[in-house]
Amino acid sequence: MTQTTPSPDPPLEGPDLPLQGSPSQGRRGRVSLFATCLADRYFAEACADTVHVLRHFGVEVEVPPGQTCCGQPAHNAGHRPEALRMARHTVATFDGVDPVVLPSGSCAAMLRRVYPRILDRATTDARAHAGPTRGPDAGSDDDSSAAAAGSLPDRTWELSEFLVRGLRVLEGPEARSEAGDEPRLGTGLAGLRVAYHHGCHALRELGVRNEPAALLRACGAEVVAWEADRECCGFGGLFSTKFPAVSAGMADRKLDTLPSGVDVVTSADGGCLLQLSGRAERRGGRTSGPGATFVHLATLLRRGIAS
Amino acid sequence: MTRPYAPDRYAAESARIVRHDPAMRDAVDGAARAKAARREKAWAEIEVEGWRDWARDLKSHVLTHLDRYLEEAETSLLANGVQVHWAESAADACATVLAIAEARGVRRVVKAKSMLTEEVGLNAALEARGLTVRETDLGEFIIQLLGEPPSHIVGPSIHRSLDDCRRLFHERLGTPPDAAPEALAAAARRALREDFLQADMGVSGANFLAADTGTVALIENEGNIRISTSVPPVHVALVGIEKLVPRFEDLAGMVQLTARSATGQPIGNYVSLIQGPRRPGEPDGPEEVHVVFVDNGRSGLLADPHAWEVLRCVRCGSCLNICPVYRQTGGHAYGWAYSGPIGAILAPGLLGLEAALPLPFASSLCGACAEVCPVRIPIPELLVYWRERAAEEGLTPRIESVAMRAWATLAERPAAFGAVSGALEAVPLQRVGRALPVLRGWVEERSAPEPGDRRFLGTWSRKEEGA
Repeated sequence: MTQTTPSPDPPLEGPDLPLQGSPSQGRRGRVSLFATCLADRYFAEACADTVHVLRHFGVEVEVPPGQTCCGQPAHNAGHRPEALRMARHTVATFDGVDPVVLPSGSCAAMLRRVYPRILDRATTDARAHAGPTRGPDAGSDDDSSAAAAGSLPDRTWELSEFLVRGLRVLEGPEARSEAGDEPRLGTGLAGLRVAYHHGCHALRELGVRNEPAALLRACGAEVVAWEADRECCGFGGLFSTKFPAVSAGMADRKLDTLPSGVDVVTSADGGCLLQLSGRAERRGGRTSGPGATFVHLATLLRRGIAS
Repeated sequence: MTRPYAPDRYAAESARIVRHDPAMRDAVDGAARAKAARREKAWAEIEVEGWRDWARDLKSHVLTHLDRYLEEAETSLLANGVQVHWAESAADACATVLAIAEARGVRRVVKAKSMLTEEVGLNAALEARGLTVRETDLGEFIIQLLGEPPSHIVGPSIHRSLDDCRRLFHERLGTPPDAAPEALAAAARRALREDFLQADMGVSGANFLAADTGTVALIENEGNIRISTSVPPVHVALVGIEKLVPRFEDLAGMVQLTARSATGQPIGNYVSLIQGPRRPGEPDGPEEVHVVFVDNGRSGLLADPHAWEVLRCVRCGSCLNICPVYRQTGGHAYGWAYSGPIGAILAPGLLGLEAALPLPFASSLCGACAEVCPVRIPIPELLVYWRERAAEEGLTPRIESVAMRAWATLAERPAAFGAVSGALEAVPLQRVGRALPVLRGWVEERSAPEPGDRRFLGTWSRKEEGA
């Protein structure tokens, strides 16, 4: 039989996600882009590239103007009332039924995994404080709890998982080269040696494992083995500024283990890239691979789908 | 063992180790990785996810009915001829052991490795009364000679290299400067043999205690725990109240899962199941066995609707081994008995939140710990929970709280949010970073990011309109 998998990787793992509002039928449909505040500010190109890539696969992209910050920095630092305010704002902004696609694994994890937790807990706690006098209203409280995060967690996708699991761009005849063996999205990354850094929340909260590498390979890139690819880069939001030495030590571990001859280090998370590139720049020329640059996954994919 | 510092020195101590003690960092990193690899292999040999569900449910069940199981355990222990004591605080625990020692005229104490005795500061309390205390676990023996606290729940001396031990043993025990590890272990064994034979009392912790049979279970590899608990005439076991399992048969699964998680072994080389003192006609065993149940903050944790889950912990140390933050420093930086992710969520419960700071913040929330916890403690969620409590109680920096409130207010006003984000273009972060509270930490170790010449959202809406 012909080998039809894109790489020697194990099959794509992870739970079957509910495909609410997914345009997987006929690859048509509309999505909302959540640029996320960090990418909007520091990876503007990657946000535009996300739109470009989605459109390339026939998806209409809407960018709700009210979007700001998902609240992850506040949540991770323990500022719960502020995290809740931003969560509620985001839930209201991305009302509706369309899938919401983010060029950020950790923000996607915030929406999908953390919102139900903190919004439900807020409702539960409010009920507990209200006491038994609210007993007869308990039913309606339950309803508002369920509605707190609404369908947003189930409609939330990180870009690479949306492409692979939602749009299934690595499956079907459109994804094959003329020879028909390997999925081909483009040849734009041919000859490029890429190291993929797994953002912790994309990996562990969303279960994004092989999707980014599979997409990169399907665009012709060589995704190199990197022993520390699943280790934390040390960013961690405010952690990076509260304990800068430990955080930098963690980044050093990543940089020190980069295989030689890597052209590009990429990730689905801009925060990790700021940490790694900022540390590499501060250390000077000690990063292996003389010309290694740090590029957002969305930007690489846009280059990749070009033939 | 006196500690040179407390949790509040974490930021400075962790930075010192990362920047100036590469030997310690390398020793910890290497040992932690080796342990993590052994755990991974040992887990792969069993259907571990089912085991973890079972262990989580078992421990949660015990904790949910802890009052009942503690009473049952006391009844079983008394029936076995074990004397039972209850200690509410660390001071109570030490006073109880001292009272037992004084009643028996104890001068010399041998200790099996026990993190609970480290938690309550037992060695210092005993030594202050003039008792001689000898740690008999090889790693504990090493750090006792060095005058250092343990840096890991399971491997107390992992921050020390083989060469460190060679030097130490050469100076203190007269071994050749290039002695093989086996020769070092043999020298320790010779030194410890005398202590075992002269000891008036043996002190241990407990991995588990079966409520129905009153069995104290202890897992080890060196045999020192077996000797410490059977040769001296008195054995005192300090047992955290969360250590119970309902039935004797539960020990089988818990002991195996703990060994696989801690050291990657199917089971410890020695598992001691202690069922009471020497009975008439038995040739050996202690004349007295005491169990001291220690609370020291645990019942407070149990009453917390979120934080109680930490009490499932079996002290395997697998979360330390996998933790990229712990690997940078080892345990000393954390400033108390339990380090790493588990230490950071135990500390607020056992020390009090204010005394535990900043440990709940000493994590990047990468989540690796939760993946390897054999009893599925949601460690990252509990870290965030304690951070929330700290913020609520006004224990976080005021500037941070003010900034977060301002940020949230902006985030609810997209136009203002965009304006502020846009204005960042004009701020030379690299230059002014050192003067800004949050950015100072960033530019200390890294270059500041270039804000770029435009935001996406601002330019996007203009472009779309034009298109």
